[in-house]
Amino acid sequence: MASPKNLHELRRGESGILDRLEVPEEEARRLMEMGFVPGHRVTPAHAAPGGDPRVFRVDGSEVALRRETAVRLILRPANSPVGS
Amino acid sequence: MGDCHGCPAATMTLPPRGANGLRRQMVAIVGPPNSGKSTLFNRLTGLRQKVANFPGVTVEHRMGRVRFEGEREVFVVDLPGVYSLNPRTEDERVTHDVLTGGMKDLPKPDAVLLILDSTNLGRHLVLAAPVLSLGLPTLVILNMADDLGRGGGRIDSAELAMQLGSPVALVSAAKGEGLDKVFQFLEGTTKGAALKQKPLMELPVIQDIPKCRAWASNAGSKAKYHAPAPPLWTRRLDAIFLNRIAGPLVFLLVVIGVFETIFAGAKPIQDWIDHLISSSGGWLQTMLPDNAFRSLLINGVWKGVGSVVQFLPQILFLFLFIGILEDSGYLARAALIADRTMARIGLQGKSFIPLLSAYACAVPAIMATRTIESKRDRIATILIAPFMTCSARLPVYTLIIAAFIAPGFQVAALLGLYLAGFLAAIATAKLLKSTVLRSARSSFVLEMPPYRWPTVRSLALRLVDRSKVFLQRAGTVILAVAVVIWVLGNVPYSHGKPPAIGQSVEARIGHAVEPAIRPLGFNWKIGIGLISSLAAREVIVGTLGTIYGMEGSDEHSKDLQEALRQDLSPGGAAALLIFFAFAMQCMSTIAVVRRETGGWKWPAVQFAYMTAFAYVFAFLANRLVTALA
Repeated sequence: MASPKNLHELRRGESGILDRLEVPEEEARRLMEMGFVPGHRVTPAHAAPGGDPRVFRVDGSEVALRRETAVRLILRPANSPVGS
Repeated sequence: MGDCHGCPAATMTLPPRGANGLRRQMVAIVGPPNSGKSTLFNRLTGLRQKVANFPGVTVEHRMGRVRFEGEREVFVVDLPGVYSLNPRTEDERVTHDVLTGGMKDLPKPDAVLLILDSTNLGRHLVLAAPVLSLGLPTLVILNMADDLGRGGGRIDSAELAMQLGSPVALVSAAKGEGLDKVFQFLEGTTKGAALKQKPLMELPVIQDIPKCRAWASNAGSKAKYHAPAPPLWTRRLDAIFLNRIAGPLVFLLVVIGVFETIFAGAKPIQDWIDHLISSSGGWLQTMLPDNAFRSLLINGVWKGVGSVVQFLPQILFLFLFIGILEDSGYLARAALIADRTMARIGLQGKSFIPLLSAYACAVPAIMATRTIESKRDRIATILIAPFMTCSARLPVYTLIIAAFIAPGFQVAALLGLYLAGFLAAIATAKLLKSTVLRSARSSFVLEMPPYRWPTVRSLALRLVDRSKVFLQRAGTVILAVAVVIWVLGNVPYSHGKPPAIGQSVEARIGHAVEPAIRPLGFNWKIGIGLISSLAAREVIVGTLGTIYGMEGSDEHSKDLQEALRQDLSPGGAAALLIFFAFAMQCMSTIAVVRRETGGWKWPAVQFAYMTAFAYVFAFLANRLVTALA
């Protein structure tokens, strides 16, 4: 199976490094203030019943995102060098 | 009501001059959400605090005083929780404006208390960059020091102070530990002794969030910051509360529990207050000479006071629960669980608890919408909350259902009315969110704070605070309306006697509105009831009792039911039920909506919309039932 491309594709137990936020500027700033800064590791945690929204661990916090937002937070490809 | 009649802002916004003629110092508390800002504020000021709204905005702030020896005082203002000072959301704009001295009626602060969560310092220190660049004397407070230590975390606060060029205090606001340094800093500002040092680290460009974040990491590592282990208990509890099967069950239990306790717990206190008011009213009656003044005092003012105070137990219970849910961290989980369902009507998870509260009373529900950051979602929630069947509708429903509906169908009728209100709310939410309050669905971003034990201190202060707001805002309105309605029912006086109800000004108004309400099947007597129910919905029961000459009858009175059957057609009864289900017959709700939305626009729109909605459906109900009967 191909490596997850965005936060929504992350399964439990996986994690990935955030590469970029493909959302409007305003929303990107807000998400970055909540911890979603490119280069940070994101790990999925619990989800609401039905799987949406879902909680992600990032930068010492747990933040819930809806699916529409999660698919727009793009991860670094797994084989690229890790580091921030 | 005047815009600022007796509102705390008028007395608290401008720190008055002290005994020595010098202006008192003002210190602002700034910090991200969930950093323990309010807990610290409560610790510093105790009961010497007031809530106020900034002019023209919905954001609330609290002002308090801290006293020191020798008549010296510092004013402390608690600002909304923010992650940055970019003025984008209303909260951020208010915080930015206050800190830069751009807020009308409020001087620029003399110093800042920046409070950050020490267990998540890397991310929280990001806010230090814009706050320190303001150049005001700042004390950096690292809160939750107990959690930091317990989780095996460390920080060299002296080193951090050197790096930032500002003093640093490691505290636990919830436990009251380490606060002497905060008090010392505040006392220092009264002497004008705010020392500024040159920071070792240069501040980053504050518009660049990744750069600020890197700067914060750098400052943290220079101060040998070591983050604590992740909160184990939070993860364990989330494994249950957010479990696919147990999660919704716990959620349901919490909802039912809250409801049960509000109704079962508040009811005896409510009955007791009711008894106390009526028996003390009776006692007053025997003590005073029989004249207009006595009647105004007892049937106007005292009854008005009674109907205000009666709501208080329910409101206190509701806020106790909301306080526990919020302070413990469960509220965020409940919002998460409810989000998908709420998204179907264009709202979000955070609207759920306020809407649930509205089943007790719309007033605290509307006050509870504060937790919704999205302004559009918040307004939409405020606008639909009064459709939920509040407890003040129940006496009206009980009376009319008992009078008109066969015993086998009474429960079904009551449930139908609950359902009607709920459906009206959903339809209205959909309408609003697809038109005037349209917003992108993806704007739901919610931080899950770690679970914490709520403290009695902060719960108690919150209850005091909320009851003050309720008594000031809703209470004064209910009381004023009760007095006006008494006057309308008791003038003109002739031969030193009040008029029979049919000759009063109120009856004239009833007759005047009769043509407008006749299509609904109502006569002028019901018209009087509708007008008087603006004070509070259940007042119509007592008014109808007076009109039919049965002073003091309640919704269970057989005579009153019989009198209604003589005077109202089945169609009219159905219309009356529907009218009460949908109309915004509640001055205190209107007053609170005005306060929370910062103007008359939304309460006016809401009142017009709900009245029109109620009128149309009451008309249809009357026609339908009359055709069937």
